[in-house]
Amino acid sequence: MTSLPASTAVKLGLVIDLDTCVGCHACVISCKEWNTGGYGSALADADAYGDAPLGAFLNRVHTFEVKPEEGPATVVHFPKSCLHCDDAPCVTVCPTGASYKRAEDGIVLVNEDACIGCGLCAWACPYGAREMDPVEKVMKKCTLCVDRIYNENIVEEDRIPSCVRTCPAGARHFGDLNDPASAVSELVAARGGFDLMPEQGTGPVNKYLPPRPRTPEPVPDLPDLADLAADARETRAEGFFGWLDRALERL
Amino acid sequence: MSAKQPFLEISPRVSDEVRKTTCYMCACRCGIDVHLRADAEGVPRIRYIEGNRDHPVNRGVLCAKGSAGIMQHYAPARLKAPLKRVGPRGSGRFEEIGWEEAMEIAVSWLKPIREKDPKKLAFFTGRDQSQSFTGWWAQQYGTPNYAAHGGFCSVNMAAAGIYTMGGAFWEFGSPDWDRTRMFMIFGVAEDHDSNPIKMGLGKLKARGAKVVAVNPVRSGYNAIADEWVGITPGTDGLFILALIHELLRSGQIDLDYLLRYTNAPHLVVKNDGGPDHGLIARNEAGEPLVWDRDEHRARGWREISTKAALHGEVTLPDGRRAVPSFDLLARRYLGAEYAPEAVAEQTGVPAETIRRLAAELARTAFEEAITLDQPWTDMRGERHDTMIGRPVSFHAMRGISAHSNGFQTARALHLLQILLGAVECPGGFRFKPPYPKPVLAHPTPHSEAHPNAPLAGPHLGYPRGPEDLRLDKDGHPERIDKAFTWEAPLSVHGLMHMVISNAVAGDPYEIDTLFLYMANMAWNSSMNTRGVMDMLEATNADGSYRIPHIIYSDAYSSEMVAYADLILPDTTYLERHDCISLLDRPICEPDAVADAIRWPVVEPDRDVRGFQSVLIDLGARLGLPGFVTGAGDAVYKDYADYIVNHQRKPGVGPLAGWRGEGEDIGRGRPNPDQLHRYIENGGFWKSHIPAAAQFYKMANQAYQDWAVGMGFYDAPQPYTFDIYVETLRKFQLAAEGHGERQPPEHLRAQVALAFDPLPVWYPPFEGEAVTGDFPLHAITQRPAAMYHSWGSQNAWLRQIHGQNPLYVPGEVMESAGLTDGGWAWVISHHGRIRVPVRRTDAANGKTLWTWNAIGKRKGAWALSPGAPEATKGFLLNHLISELLPPKGDGLRWANSDPVTGQAAWYDLRVRIEPASDDGPLDPLMDAQDSPVGRGTGDVTYGEEWT
Amino acid sequence: MHPAYSIIFFTVSSGAGFGVLAALGLAAFLGLTPQGGLYWAGFVIGFGLSMAGLVSSTFHLGHPERAWRALSQWRSSWLSREGVLAIVALALAGAFALSLLMGGQGRLLGLLTAAFSLITVYSTSMIYAQLKTVQRWCQPLTPVVFLCFSLAGGALIYAFLAQVFAGGAGVLPTVAALLVFLAWGAKLGWWRRGDTAPVLSTPESATGLGAMGKVRMLEAPHTGGNYLLKEMGYKIGRKHQARLRQIALMLGGIVPVFATLFASWGLWPGLFLLMAVLAFLGGLLAERWLFFAEAEHSVMTYYTRT
Repeated sequence: MTSLPASTAVKLGLVIDLDTCVGCHACVISCKEWNTGGYGSALADADAYGDAPLGAFLNRVHTFEVKPEEGPATVVHFPKSCLHCDDAPCVTVCPTGASYKRAEDGIVLVNEDACIGCGLCAWACPYGAREMDPVEKVMKKCTLCVDRIYNENIVEEDRIPSCVRTCPAGARHFGDLNDPASAVSELVAARGGFDLMPEQGTGPVNKYLPPRPRTPEPVPDLPDLADLAADARETRAEGFFGWLDRALERL
Repeated sequence: MSAKQPFLEISPRVSDEVRKTTCYMCACRCGIDVHLRADAEGVPRIRYIEGNRDHPVNRGVLCAKGSAGIMQHYAPARLKAPLKRVGPRGSGRFEEIGWEEAMEIAVSWLKPIREKDPKKLAFFTGRDQSQSFTGWWAQQYGTPNYAAHGGFCSVNMAAAGIYTMGGAFWEFGSPDWDRTRMFMIFGVAEDHDSNPIKMGLGKLKARGAKVVAVNPVRSGYNAIADEWVGITPGTDGLFILALIHELLRSGQIDLDYLLRYTNAPHLVVKNDGGPDHGLIARNEAGEPLVWDRDEHRARGWREISTKAALHGEVTLPDGRRAVPSFDLLARRYLGAEYAPEAVAEQTGVPAETIRRLAAELARTAFEEAITLDQPWTDMRGERHDTMIGRPVSFHAMRGISAHSNGFQTARALHLLQILLGAVECPGGFRFKPPYPKPVLAHPTPHSEAHPNAPLAGPHLGYPRGPEDLRLDKDGHPERIDKAFTWEAPLSVHGLMHMVISNAVAGDPYEIDTLFLYMANMAWNSSMNTRGVMDMLEATNADGSYRIPHIIYSDAYSSEMVAYADLILPDTTYLERHDCISLLDRPICEPDAVADAIRWPVVEPDRDVRGFQSVLIDLGARLGLPGFVTGAGDAVYKDYADYIVNHQRKPGVGPLAGWRGEGEDIGRGRPNPDQLHRYIENGGFWKSHIPAAAQFYKMANQAYQDWAVGMGFYDAPQPYTFDIYVETLRKFQLAAEGHGERQPPEHLRAQVALAFDPLPVWYPPFEGEAVTGDFPLHAITQRPAAMYHSWGSQNAWLRQIHGQNPLYVPGEVMESAGLTDGGWAWVISHHGRIRVPVRRTDAANGKTLWTWNAIGKRKGAWALSPGAPEATKGFLLNHLISELLPPKGDGLRWANSDPVTGQAAWYDLRVRIEPASDDGPLDPLMDAQDSPVGRGTGDVTYGEEWT
Repeated sequence: MHPAYSIIFFTVSSGAGFGVLAALGLAAFLGLTPQGGLYWAGFVIGFGLSMAGLVSSTFHLGHPERAWRALSQWRSSWLSREGVLAIVALALAGAFALSLLMGGQGRLLGLLTAAFSLITVYSTSMIYAQLKTVQRWCQPLTPVVFLCFSLAGGALIYAFLAQVFAGGAGVLPTVAALLVFLAWGAKLGWWRRGDTAPVLSTPESATGLGAMGKVRMLEAPHTGGNYLLKEMGYKIGRKHQARLRQIALMLGGIVPVFATLFASWGLWPGLFLLMAVLAFLGGLLAERWLFFAEAEHSVMTYYTRT
């Protein structure tokens, strides 16, 4: 099972819009609460009320400053979870076959019953998408809510990952990135969606949409009303009232 | 390789039952679906909380706090039973008592007060969502001393909005997210109305609308704004007035709108030095006058619309001279002092940016105007075939509000909106029912207390002039917080932050019992936190406490708990009844009226009771009018009973849906089945506003009629937006020596300055008082994942924000010689703190910032004493005083807005110096005992279902 | 990377153990059949070190009781291969030992034992060398270093045992010294490449935001701890690193080379060879601690504050 499927007809994944994400962490906690009582063992929080709490999370939101040559830095909120790579190095390194990539939809999963907790898959993942559960000592990772997206106990419109359903800003999109006609593929094409760490050769399925340019476009200056050239305050006001009279006539 | 994949259950059972209620993890009041599933013992536990897709507020989405509700509900910090203090105040040592004993103690304190002098009770609530009930209780009790926390939160915004246009930002209105094309936010935090704003921003982004953020810090919403204006704190008003200057200079204003819907044409009396100078000229019926341009005569404002004059001095029928208020406005803001070049340095916003933004606003408002083919009739009976929209909208919050010039700054922003014609129109800012509502539809404040008698009316209201100040016949404040006095004449939310220091000082009088609900006054909800702790512990010569009795109700073991004598433990939000009432802060949409309930979706497993039910019990035990029948029996069994059966006026109760037989809305007799109907419908009720009534509500006949039907008011009350506020002028006249009620001499100049009837900007007081030594500003920002101090007991949220560094702009890091990740002293005129610092390059260059209310006191919230919240998390509050530095005149000058009394905590000025490498944090308060023990070990929530 | 003692001990101990088994095998293959005390001590130490290392590696596992599952994915996983190969190597070594005990020459089994011992060490090295995420590890010299250290360790220990039990080590100390020298040559090259190679992933490539400017972390996703920071966030101080490298080189390289040379010159050969072995193993523990502590994982680009 550790070998990757040659290709998958469907590549389910997320498209994350960095232009829209406000960094509210809604996806982080929604993911936590869905998954702690769902797939595999609970997502534990070690020392939950203590000096050094450490929990397993499948999705975390980083905050970056991006500083151009000139001017202040831009702040970018950056949610990150498993990218369900085509060439997932985490899968091939697994010695037990616990890590696998589903042939039917490309979702990368950990079969926790077979996981020995060696941590090598987390070492192999360049993105930090895998975290060892601090209590159960098995590897946890984003399942793309595989227990939601096909779940017949859930109404159809909710058969999407928990993070996508909850995102208040609508910065997260879910779909088949192998289908060029899917909404997510179109979004990626339209907005120039990109891969994280392309140099690692992992072929991530999840895509990120870049922030739109933050430099305002120039706008023509507002014209001074023709007869408002004078500087003295009263005169300016009188000039303005001249315009006002003409404007009121047109009402 | 083997192609066999392990078996995977892709359709697991999710839950046994879904119960729909209302979130209370912040003030948004989103609808939530609480999935319940039996644990190993068969007890229903919360499996999962998600947003309710049908709910008007959040439409299915839910923020981090909402989803973390599970951890809030099961937090070890929950109070478990009523507590009686056994150690000294502040120690945290309590013994558990039964409810009967707790109620007897409370009655033994409250009953004698009411019989002798009800004002000896000060009853203040914090982030209370039942203010229409708690206020009514206090009114029936008869104490004048009631308010919620608005005085240190939002009152500048609320008061400026109501006085200017009959409604405020906050959650009282919203941008027309579906139509607006340019959206500007000022000082907006990521908490109030947060899901609606995030959803709205998402819509704007999807449409490619432009978002401009004005904020010294580029966090949260500001980060995704297409343009960020990193303004210097406290100068927003100046920046806005420069935008207004630009729009006027170029004639980019909506004259038709100004004439029809505002008091721009209303005539203002010119009688320099006279008692009527600056007042609105009125006819015999008291209606404001305008000048008919065609007929050259004064007429009542409703008689004409676009034919009124907007400038020029005229002679009134009684011979007095007058000018349209717009004349005064134009002359003022065309002045060179408001030119972009003149304000650039002070605001930190380059002149070209101001000019460009004004041009973009103008272009969007006027060249991209919207026309809806929706006929409607205005208050003058004029019929319009279409609705014209200006697709520019604004939103603002504490960033402009919590300054000593915040009231006038908020006014300036409303003026900008109004000049663009962008309020209550398609694409602009829209009110949510029951707003807009003119000042005249609000009560005036009441405070005259009599033994054993209720107050004559509600505590809080909107003064119309000095005559409505709450001063006794000797000119002394009637309220303990000195609200509605010359120090804060329009303190329409009360001044909770002054209660403790005034009570301890015995100024204006001493009190007997301080009764607080959900207000962490001994920590993050006070300025000068250390000082407040000392005051709560302060004793008389005989060793008795200065404040003899303190009763506190909260669901969690907060810092304040340790300072109370009697604790009435509240339930969690999932164990209680509540109503999100139209009598209170509504959850409506611009297109629809809505209200909602909470109901016990899980049963308490502790000896706790919903606070409102406890108040009802107390009311009955005290025999308060309205709480007992003539025979002395309790009127209401509990809060749920009150929600269904209470009527504020005939047919109008806390909930508007399913009244009468279940068919009535707004008005109708109580329906015993009402709560069931709410539960069946997902915990809320919603009814759409007719299409012709959806815009221009303040002037729309169809809306006014609909609102009367809903019970918002008893007769239509159309009105104009007041760009010129006569009430302010009345106070200013008093400051100029007119009228019976006169401000004390030392306040005359301040009142004259701050009560300008047209928006004005003056530098924040603290900055003026400390010139030189404190060149920097220090402010807090609200993290989206933590609501005030409410999240540290939450195992998930505290991992996101368990400590808070001070973010320091790169240039300050360098000039002060600080190291990224090191420590620094931050010093204000009031105090000094030693805190961890981090570099940022995305903040106004003079502004330090940190997240709000992450720091916690050792021992509180059931955390371990070494928790990062206590050892690295800090509050800026220690640097902020409720008073300005002494001016040498022997007087105490409040650090607040002189109009509303809003605490000016964003005015804070500091300097920063390097500290030793590894702290420690300073001040580091002693640990308090935890009355609930401490959370220990690991959490593996949900393991029974995996 | 977090320098976990179980893994440090595993790689050092099993590397040396398989080195000793390889030495035994090669000796037999060359006709220098280990006998008597050398036989017993050689196999006890060879099996002991390699198996102690393997056992130690299971302490690193969250679920050691499932460790057997790790033998299943040898087609794709170097870790699995390492496990399978270790068992094969140990089985061959067992057969080899048995054949010697039964009076055989063990030439073929010796060769196979040596080959599989070294392939096992190679696959251990490939667990690290395969990881593109850790550029310091992902270089062709990594297996060379592991193999050289294994061979050098085997030779040193074998030389010492030969000195003690066979009355003299002959050319073995010289061979061992040469191998130690070679191993450290490879290691110095490995360090050099690791220190100078351009980084593969940067905060800019990790976020895709490089076109907008220089990327640095403003806030970590959580103020609380996480597994990634614990496991991959280990950062060694520059000074500490330089000193430890000196210690590792001194203990693991210079001391063994000189001690071995002294021994080969007949100067208290037993004592100096023991000193060489102990210093070498000590130096290797430091080297292996640094191997992890110095390694930077690409995920840390998401946590870069500079």
